[in-house]
Amino acid sequence: MDFSISEDQSMLQDSVARFIQDEYDFDSRQEAAATDAGFSAERWREFAELGWTAVPFAEEDGGLDGGAVELMLLMEQFGRGLVVEPYLPCIIMAGGVLKRLATEDQKATWLADIIGGEKLAALAYAEPQARYDLNDVAVTATADGDGYVLNGHKTVVLNGGNADMLIVSARTSGERGDTDGISLFVVDASAAGIKRKSYATVDARQAAEIHFEQVRVGADQLLGAAGEGFATLKAVIEDATIAVCAEAVGIMQVLNYKTLEYTKQRVQFGVPIASFQALQHRMVEMFMIFEQTRSLLLHAVMTEEADAGAEAALHALKIQIGTEGRKLGEEAVQLHGGMGVTWELDVAHYFKRLTMIDTLFGNADHHIEQYPLAV
Amino acid sequence: MDLSFTPEEIAFRDEIRAFFADEFPDDIREKVNRGIRLDKDDHVRWQKILHKHGYMGVNWPVEYGGTGWSPVQKYLFSIEMANANAPDVVPFGVNMVGPVIYSYGNEEQKQRFLPDILASNVWWCQGYSEPGAGSDLASLKTMAVRDGDHYVINGTKTWTTLGQHAEWIFLLARTNTDVARRQEGISFILADMSTPGITVRPIITIEGGHEVNEVHFEDARVPVENLVGEEGRGWTYGKVLLQHERTNIAGVARSKYRLARLKELASSSQHGARPLMEQATFRGKLVATEVALKALEYTDLRTLAAVATGKAPGPESSILKIKGTEMQQRLDTLYMEAAGYYALPYVPDQFTLDAAEEDVVVDSSEPTTALRYFNYRKASIYGGSNEIQKNIIAKHVLGL
Repeated sequence: MDFSISEDQSMLQDSVARFIQDEYDFDSRQEAAATDAGFSAERWREFAELGWTAVPFAEEDGGLDGGAVELMLLMEQFGRGLVVEPYLPCIIMAGGVLKRLATEDQKATWLADIIGGEKLAALAYAEPQARYDLNDVAVTATADGDGYVLNGHKTVVLNGGNADMLIVSARTSGERGDTDGISLFVVDASAAGIKRKSYATVDARQAAEIHFEQVRVGADQLLGAAGEGFATLKAVIEDATIAVCAEAVGIMQVLNYKTLEYTKQRVQFGVPIASFQALQHRMVEMFMIFEQTRSLLLHAVMTEEADAGAEAALHALKIQIGTEGRKLGEEAVQLHGGMGVTWELDVAHYFKRLTMIDTLFGNADHHIEQYPLAV
Repeated sequence: MDLSFTPEEIAFRDEIRAFFADEFPDDIREKVNRGIRLDKDDHVRWQKILHKHGYMGVNWPVEYGGTGWSPVQKYLFSIEMANANAPDVVPFGVNMVGPVIYSYGNEEQKQRFLPDILASNVWWCQGYSEPGAGSDLASLKTMAVRDGDHYVINGTKTWTTLGQHAEWIFLLARTNTDVARRQEGISFILADMSTPGITVRPIITIEGGHEVNEVHFEDARVPVENLVGEEGRGWTYGKVLLQHERTNIAGVARSKYRLARLKELASSSQHGARPLMEQATFRGKLVATEVALKALEYTDLRTLAAVATGKAPGPESSILKIKGTEMQQRLDTLYMEAAGYYALPYVPDQFTLDAAEEDVVVDSSEPTTALRYFNYRKASIYGGSNEIQKNIIAKHVLGL
């Protein structure tokens, strides 16, 4: 039983923490978020130069062989900085599919540029009717000659408008709802027949509605075996879930810190409001929520690494973020008073991201329903 | 980061598991399983078995007859104990006064008291709270006035758990009223319960049980050699004791065992009815409870891992009392809800081993659910109420 991290992991953590602390200030984050792309291309190049875009990939593919622990450390810090650069959709999600399924040739064509930071990718999996069910795939890929033709609508594709390439889940056989018959393709985002409508999200990210109309793809753009994409899709979404939960834990830590500092300096009735017991006990609750959530994060990461009981651990973590985490965010805003609901204050933006994380990859209710309550 | 136990730790766990399987007496096991209150002899007999195998002084240093176990070993022991549904040791001797005596007592006191504590030859009780001093312990009024070779003690102690069985009491009493701070002038004194002037009166708790007492001191003369450490330093010693009281305060092992049983109960069909597990709202509560328990378990393990590597427990340890007792009460609530109508009957007489079959009106595998629910409202009140715990966290962890 050992909760400590290795020296290499500690170095990674320190380097990201230092960057967030010294370079990633809130004002320039807001400026980047307000652009069409929703992030800073310059920052993204820095991420690549620092090696962060290579973290979760195998060494032979040009990566750093990082696992769940490394991603947790990275994402916690990204949460602390409220980083808007598309690490999650590009590296963890789209990259997560490619690293699992791409052949050597496909990796050379598609993955190398992602790791190098030259190109951006997105994973187009969600559909209007599917809610959180990954197996509910209505987009079709019909065999045509030695390739396929894609038709249908992918919704709220994170980073979809910025992406140079798209990983798309599409049905090559079976009925809507079947787990068999789902295939994954990699497509150039500018291919004929792809229409994208890009928009900002509430939490200052970028997403797109993507329509596929008779989009022709070659056989060499199929990732893995035809009809067998579901397991990979599920595994990638699980990685993404842990990642956003780690991000949420970083956000919660910042919200607690900022709330404590604010209540210590905010004077009402002639005293700092932190001297009121009613508020002190609420901040103790926030502290307890943070520590308990961090425990569940460590639990999920450690079971993922040990490959034991990972499914329940991940559900538990996401439930915690969606229920207790949201409560923490609401309390942080309440204790900041009117300032907490202004655009000007960073707390409001941390709160929005924390709250939106619940809606990603299954909200708390979804995970409660899915939770394996083993007897 | 690594979740696994070492081969040595697994061997240790197997040894402990075998011990509970072989040595935990069947009649006591049946009483516990059926929710029958254990009597003094049951506790003493079981603790003597633990002692015979060297398992009594779990937290004690080896030089005083303790196990010298690592935090992980203690954790594994608590898991096996809970899974055997074996009762916890009565804490007042071995977990409370014992550590104060071996830390602050003189040589004579160590030799006189420690072996009997470990062997469960003497039953101890705690004299801390008073009718006017609960969470505000430093406001205590019991006086110990020096008169020759004796202290003359006057005052009332309350919430004295299982004091009706006790042969000895350890108490905090004021030996000096002329002090700058209320925490000064308090002394830690040991008293024989048969001392003239000491009387015990039962307090019947909400569920009808006799668990706690008031202990009255009326000109009770206690030899000065029963003072532990220095006169007036009792508050400091008492705080050390409270830290020992918080050992295993989270109660994770027992809550895990109880949740597992509750899930079995909810999955089974009572009298052919639809299992409770299929009711979405109850299932949702079970999931939320399991998530909260996992969070508590891993917070506890983080503390344990820190202590195992020689570090002081981190701030996360301070939340264990609050979250641990909230979890116990949450499970009590769910058991009561699961019992449905069977939470209603109040028939204490049926909870004896020799109750006649026709007298057993509650046909439930968890026969005392409502009684336990009511009794365990105490958990968030005792040991420093949960509000006091929050004050402590606010001050010492958050710096407020």
